[in-house]
Amino acid sequence: MSVPPGLPSEGEVIIRVEDVDAGYDGVAILEHVSFDVRRGEVFGILGGSGGGKSTLMKVMIGLNPPIAGHIFIGGEDIVTAGDAQLEGLQRTFGVMYQSGALFGSMTLLENVRLPLEIYTELPDDAIDLVARMKLELVGLEAFTGHMPAELSGGMQKRAGIARAMALDPSILFLDEPSSGLDPITAASLDATIRRLSDNLGVTFVIVTHDLGSVFVAMDRVILLDRRAKGIIAEGDPRRLRDETTDPRVRAFFRREAETVAA
Amino acid sequence: MAALAINDTADGRRTLALTGRLDATTLPGLWDAARRAAADAPRRPLVIDAAGVEYCDGAGAALFVDLLRQPREGKVEVANLHPTYAALLKQFDPAVLVHDLDPEPPRRPAIEELGYAAFGVWRDIRTQVQFIGETFAALVFAVRYPRSVRWKDVWRICEQVGADALPIVALISFLLGMILAFQSAVPMKRFGAEIFVADLIGLSMLRELGPLMTAILLAGRSGAAFAAEIGTMRVNQEVDALSTMGLSPVRFLVTPRIIAAVLMTPLLVLFSDLVGMVGGAITMQSFSIPIVTFLKEIDSAVNMTDFLAGFVKSFVFAVLIAGIGCLRGLQTRAGASAVGDAATRAVVTGIILLVVVDGLFAVAYYLLDI
Repeated sequence: MSVPPGLPSEGEVIIRVEDVDAGYDGVAILEHVSFDVRRGEVFGILGGSGGGKSTLMKVMIGLNPPIAGHIFIGGEDIVTAGDAQLEGLQRTFGVMYQSGALFGSMTLLENVRLPLEIYTELPDDAIDLVARMKLELVGLEAFTGHMPAELSGGMQKRAGIARAMALDPSILFLDEPSSGLDPITAASLDATIRRLSDNLGVTFVIVTHDLGSVFVAMDRVILLDRRAKGIIAEGDPRRLRDETTDPRVRAFFRREAETVAA
Repeated sequence: MAALAINDTADGRRTLALTGRLDATTLPGLWDAARRAAADAPRRPLVIDAAGVEYCDGAGAALFVDLLRQPREGKVEVANLHPTYAALLKQFDPAVLVHDLDPEPPRRPAIEELGYAAFGVWRDIRTQVQFIGETFAALVFAVRYPRSVRWKDVWRICEQVGADALPIVALISFLLGMILAFQSAVPMKRFGAEIFVADLIGLSMLRELGPLMTAILLAGRSGAAFAAEIGTMRVNQEVDALSTMGLSPVRFLVTPRIIAAVLMTPLLVLFSDLVGMVGGAITMQSFSIPIVTFLKEIDSAVNMTDFLAGFVKSFVFAVLIAGIGCLRGLQTRAGASAVGDAATRAVVTGIILLVVVDGLFAVAYYLLDI
């Protein structure tokens, strides 16, 4: 299939993480982390619990500053960016937080409408339609009038994804999108991610340890390790699973229990 | 940029030719025009020609869906959309998006609302009675089995309720004493009766203002804190975890807070009485009443009954503040605003009940001639 003229070319580096140390209160849990994410790629940040996945994502979206290093999004360094510049950069990407992070005093529809109301001048009923279509994409079209507290955790998470997609950002950061979802919804979410990436060139950065999604939806992954305080593997997840010689990487991708050295 | 061209063909069709980038930034000026063009010719078959569309994201897809879902006699079709974007559009069913599937429920009639409100009040009273019973049983259990009380928690809460509240109680009581002295000394000076300001301050601080002001401060401070802390535990399912571990939330969470409040509130009331009288004494120095004279006058004006009349109230106020705070915390529902609601309800209910109970004490003291 030919590429439509309006789509940006795939393959160019859209996010560059350069020699980043990250952690809390000056204590680094990740050291010298460097990698690139290319436009239109579904990129996974994997690792065991406490490996620094969410910490890395928070640094990448400018919520927490890194202890050292630089992060470039679309060529602009978010570490040295001023508040106004950072705010402008943050508008170019959508973020789904682990819990969904919906606003509890608003219905699902109002939650998804909010960024559209603030950042677009679309007519009111068009905003309504766009928001309902986003909710339809995640299977929540029949729950538009519900409050977040009336929904299950998985449904809140899906609504969080719909809100993150409201403005059709070119980059979407998703923190554990499929945890807590039933297998059918998780599979349909994987399909949606793949479709948005393939059809619209949306770049996804996904923090997860759901291997089912990793092998189905992701183009490239990095694997973080708590003891190594950094990346121990990078590449196509299927190749890493089949070809790696590193026992830590093999254990992760083949779900092997950790053995305690005698 | 995006553009729209309308063309009526000889075979009776209306063509809407969309060109350019279709996204949330380019569509605002175009959307209504496209809808109007479709609505103006409801009987003609409508062709949305997307041959010139360079880019189409979710907002662009929404425009197509909007045109496809409008009721019309003539047929509607999207033509020449790039397969990449056609795949995106195929995800949506315009028929599903005609009506909101989860509209807001219609408002209830006023009489029904009144019924719901009355039922809510009745349910709240029933819960309060049940809570009083459970709390009383838990306190009796704590007295019978003191080792069952989590004393570590009690001391921690004592610090929060008592020691941490000292600065605010001192400030408010001191200012209260000063203001009371100043406001009453000015008119009383006209009659040469400034010395009786000491009587007024001694009696009012000990019998009424010391206990009531301290209790109101505690309701705002500790009552709200109890409700927020337990409310957060409720939202995080920690209270459910306690129940499933076979531990009574009332015994585990409420008892230590009531014990701490009962231990600390009377001490804070004593402190408030003292600081209030100091504030009054300092003010009266500017009216040429020495501190010794002021204190001697207070000593002659107030007796042990006055002191006890206020002091006894502080125990009841303590149980009220802690009990209401804990009850509102345990009643917290789900959602981010629920904890805030619980804290607000704890403060409002606490202050209302304090004033009501204080009024009952006043009537009882009058009838008992205390």
